[in-house]
Amino acid sequence: MPEGVGLVKTQRVVVFDRDHPLTLDSGAVIEEVEVAYETYGELNEDRSNAVFICHALSGDAHAAGIHEGDDPNRPGWWDNLIGPGRPLDTDRFFVICANVLGGCKGTTGPSSIDPATGEPYGLRFPLIQVRDLVNVHRALLAKLGIEKLLAAVGGSLGGMQALQWSLDHPGEIGGALIVAASARLSAQNIAFSAVAREAIMRDPDFADGDYYGTGKRPDRGLALARMIGHITYLSEESMREKFGRRIQDAEVPRYGFDVDFQVESYLHYQGQSFVERFDANTYLYLGRVMDYFDPFADPVRTRTQIAGGDTRFLVLSFDSDWRFSTEHAREMAGELRAAGAPVTFREISSPHGHDSFLFPTPDYHQTVAGYMDRLEASV
Amino acid sequence: MRADLDIVAGLVGRDQNVLDLGCGDGTLLETLIERQGCRGLGVERDLDDFHACIDRGVPVTHGDLEQELRRTGTETFDCSVLSLTLQAVRHPDRVLEEMRRVAPRQIVSLPNFGHWRLRTDLALRGRMPVTPMLPYRWYDTPNIHLCTLADFEDLARQAGLEIRARILVDADGRRKSGLTGRAPNLLAKGAVYSLSA
Repeated sequence: MPEGVGLVKTQRVVVFDRDHPLTLDSGAVIEEVEVAYETYGELNEDRSNAVFICHALSGDAHAAGIHEGDDPNRPGWWDNLIGPGRPLDTDRFFVICANVLGGCKGTTGPSSIDPATGEPYGLRFPLIQVRDLVNVHRALLAKLGIEKLLAAVGGSLGGMQALQWSLDHPGEIGGALIVAASARLSAQNIAFSAVAREAIMRDPDFADGDYYGTGKRPDRGLALARMIGHITYLSEESMREKFGRRIQDAEVPRYGFDVDFQVESYLHYQGQSFVERFDANTYLYLGRVMDYFDPFADPVRTRTQIAGGDTRFLVLSFDSDWRFSTEHAREMAGELRAAGAPVTFREISSPHGHDSFLFPTPDYHQTVAGYMDRLEASV
Repeated sequence: MRADLDIVAGLVGRDQNVLDLGCGDGTLLETLIERQGCRGLGVERDLDDFHACIDRGVPVTHGDLEQELRRTGTETFDCSVLSLTLQAVRHPDRVLEEMRRVAPRQIVSLPNFGHWRLRTDLALRGRMPVTPMLPYRWYDTPNIHLCTLADFEDLARQAGLEIRARILVDADGRRKSGLTGRAPNLLAKGAVYSLSA
């Protein structure tokens, strides 16, 4: 693989303030919104090469490259896709990634200070929707002087943002690349989401969301939520291959209720490392963003939205993904097509379950690269 | 563009919503979209062809056309196209019925196994024919359901389809006229049909 984008820095900008507050789709108002974002590559003269990366539930603005002082072997979360010569080629594209509204990685969210009280929002942060996440991205683009995107790209919750964006704002996105996403969570998805939420909210240290500054955090609940989530991100096959029934650090089982199998140890580690970098309230808010997502609720509206726009869609799914299975992707492609949109669809073979969108599977990257080349050529 | 695709494009007409089953590299759809104001969707199993469609900006689903047809909603298209592919599908009868279900008009092109050269090859040499239009040998051919024009016309009727137009073609897919029309099942190397329910 060629060299990546090298050293990068997360930047911050205030996109809504007291004079120009953010009004959410629900009508609620957030007085001040700051956005953390990164950019890679150069914006060209006619500002036609901007590509926006929308991140998933646990992602952040650091999509590619290395932060100063960080382990060079641990670049941004989508580094294999973004960089010179990579499918999102930073020699040709200006790539932007921003932490979402409600996040905990620099963009205003439930852990931010509510200017009205001087205290962290906690659960007083208003409920948000994918639509609101998109509007904050758009405010960032306005600050950067970009009116139209060559493409919006995202996996999982990121794909949902790319989809909603293209529907709500016709003419703003040349191509929407929607990977391992869903236009409507299934009852099973919502059920898993409910268990994760319960795990957090029943943690005694949750304190109704007001755990900031108490010295306690609902770490046990958040770790449990992450463990549950992680099971749904992997496939049975990848778990079998990775862990099988092997015992952690031993040949024979210890027989007991402590962590014994390798898969248990792995989940435990995933849970623990997650609480060190993530906020429980953000998990609740973004989980709910996904649960309520329903962009095709009104077919007549969808038709009007598609008719008014010129977005081309690439919808990709992975055969081992059972969180957002290929059926989710087919349904999304079907609804877009029924509304008249040009949609290219492919199911890609990959053993990594829902997480497949993060892996550098050559087959997957070839399709993304080909689609980007075409979008660039049609500008 | 292949000459037979020119004929197909002519039969499709303008401003149609077209489903191209086994769309190859997307040449036909690109022409229909860019020159004839059509919308369209291709279905293609071959990955190189799938990526060629992306390169042309033609919307395409990667997959098996028989499965994709089953997933396609009733009357979601104006016109379904199957060019030089019927002979390669597992269930030609079901494919025709499904094409009828998803669109009121169907365009099908196929090689004619009843052409006199093929008949004499088999009759005189006792060998499975290999021709420019059917270049494979019996063991490596994707063409598992070869038929004559007469056979196809029977099947079309059986599927409740009416033949609106039949254009006879030579091995290059060019329109043949004159003598060929006297005994098409014997003299035409192939044909493009325009059908409707």
